[in-house]
Amino acid sequence: MPKHDHHTHVDTTGLKRMVLVGNPNAGKSVFFNALTGMYVDVSNFPGTTVEITQAKIGGRLYIDTPGVYGISAFNDEERVTRDVALNAEVIINVVNAAHLERDLFLTLQCLEMGIPMVVAVNMIDEAEHLGLKIDLDLLSHLLGVPVVGTVAVEKQGFKELEIALQQPKVGLIGAYVADDLNRLLDRLGTKGEALLYLEDDADVAKRHGLKPPGSREKIYLARRERVNDIVHHVVKENNTKAKFATVLGRLMLKPLTGIPMLLATLFGMYYVIGFFIAQTVVGVTEEVIMLERYEPFMRNLVGGFIAEGTVLNTLLVGEFGVLTMTITYVFGLLLPLVVGFYLLLAILEDSGYLPRIAALLDRALTGIGLNGRAVIPMILGFGCVTMATITTRLLGTSRERLIAIALLVITIPCSAQLGVIVGLIAPLGWQHVASYMVAVFATFVIIGVVLNKVLPGKSSDLLIDLPPIRLPRVENVLKKTMNKSYMFIAEAAPLFAIGAFIIGVLEVTGALVALQNVFAPLTVGWLKLPKEAATAFIMGIVRRDFGAAGLADMSLTAAQTVVAMVTITLFVPCIAAVLVMFKERNWKEASILWISAFAIAFLVGGIVAQVVI
Amino acid sequence: MFMSELKRGDRATVKHIASELIRAQAIRFGISEGSEVSVEEVLPAGPVILRRGTMQYAIGRNLAQQIQVESRMREKKHA
Repeated sequence: MPKHDHHTHVDTTGLKRMVLVGNPNAGKSVFFNALTGMYVDVSNFPGTTVEITQAKIGGRLYIDTPGVYGISAFNDEERVTRDVALNAEVIINVVNAAHLERDLFLTLQCLEMGIPMVVAVNMIDEAEHLGLKIDLDLLSHLLGVPVVGTVAVEKQGFKELEIALQQPKVGLIGAYVADDLNRLLDRLGTKGEALLYLEDDADVAKRHGLKPPGSREKIYLARRERVNDIVHHVVKENNTKAKFATVLGRLMLKPLTGIPMLLATLFGMYYVIGFFIAQTVVGVTEEVIMLERYEPFMRNLVGGFIAEGTVLNTLLVGEFGVLTMTITYVFGLLLPLVVGFYLLLAILEDSGYLPRIAALLDRALTGIGLNGRAVIPMILGFGCVTMATITTRLLGTSRERLIAIALLVITIPCSAQLGVIVGLIAPLGWQHVASYMVAVFATFVIIGVVLNKVLPGKSSDLLIDLPPIRLPRVENVLKKTMNKSYMFIAEAAPLFAIGAFIIGVLEVTGALVALQNVFAPLTVGWLKLPKEAATAFIMGIVRRDFGAAGLADMSLTAAQTVVAMVTITLFVPCIAAVLVMFKERNWKEASILWISAFAIAFLVGGIVAQVVI
Repeated sequence: MFMSELKRGDRATVKHIASELIRAQAIRFGISEGSEVSVEEVLPAGPVILRRGTMQYAIGRNLAQQIQVESRMREKKHA
């Protein structure tokens, strides 16, 4: 498992800067892992929330960049990739062998920056499986840089890559920019700066005191033509008959077959997470391991040093103890749910199904001011709202990002929370499951429709490529699941501990009972819940799943459970998500969203209470 | 005619894309004015699914209404 360290940074002086650049889905992160081994340093790029991964190996500093289709400053990812690539000593360009037509655009753009490079044609085995034969020697000849075929998950081709990395070359620059680049070299310093200036990059033009020359499209078209020409010569397609995967891909898109397939997939996920993991697995991890074995052991251990009944003992191993409740929730309850969710998500991602869901649901999402691409942050939101909020950057306009973030932070329960909710509601019978779903879904639609009406401007349209349908690789899926689960726990555990500590302090000082009484009109009068429910909502401010877990420990009637779950679902997002929200938007929008979540949760929860209780 | 009017199995040449930003994005993806594409699927009131070479794209209905195309012969064999 990679070590993610947000605080210490590798000393980078005197190292050769090797920058990995590639399209999304070129397998770059696995490639980086295979290239650098275990120990990497993840940090935010200055001024952005874009994460940059670095690793120091020997005399080299490997730097990973976000997956982009080109360096056009269309979004933060592209700007970060631009700034990192401009300072590269060597560019390692990872391309997807099955997608050369798309990926070589970025390759040529890097090449024209005049930086020595090596091209790795990754997933070469998959391309062969699709009936594509790629002439790597010819590709190398046409580009003028070393080209290596690789299968990163199996570390295939990495010996050849290492040899190539010792002799990276400056490639053959297309005649369409070569003269202009040479002409501008003196004025702008490097070919990279010159190229991006010629491509109308506003930031680059500005730092040289120039106006964008308006030649981007001319260069793009010429480059596209060169890509098509290269692909035409290099790729041989020897099998064009419809394969099972192609047929399946088509069935996923047609509404008649696609919608049942989507429902079946969602039901399958719900079944695995809600029943198998939330009940069977958690029954063992939480009940048997944590509550029956671990907690008594911990209480005994701590009780040996610090007398029971003292404040410190209560804070450590009491009802909300940092060493009892936090550990039980994080490892007994959340870890299995989160691992399960990320596993399913990795399968969805790697199979190529997600973009097809995006196309299928595009029409429905335009009604709430989004396009099909928003499916990705929405589905990711069911994993972790915090991460999903960051991915809203892939949406085209600020308006869409705001709508998506509002929907995410208010209406989408994350996997941890969903697991707890499903575990509580599923056994109550379908009527209760239905009331819960109707309430939350209606809120989702109303917020979307209202924001779409109220917000000025226009949303962008769907324009995506659909990767081939394929069987996910087990190693890949497991690696992704492990990385994401680890990051999740690393982030959630400290917050939980802080939350548990705050609740513990409130308890020993008697403030908890006071707060419960203050909120009684709301919790007892309006939501018709026991007044102790206030504790769960206070816990929910730290993390909603923490709150949901708190509600799980209370004895509620079936109808009360539905009300409590609707309210906690719509409740304010966890502290991590709030922080990201403040970073991605401004403090004003973020505060409005936070307060709205509060108000909407109690409003909708109360309405449900009036109906069902 | 516009891309949104194409039917499944149609082949067409892209003639004009109205927005400059969309044009730049489309070129990076592999579609430019003059590209020949075939229509894999048209979702009811939804996106048009195109194929060009080994690449497949989904283009939102609203955007497809802004892309001028020239329809060529229909593919003989339908999927």
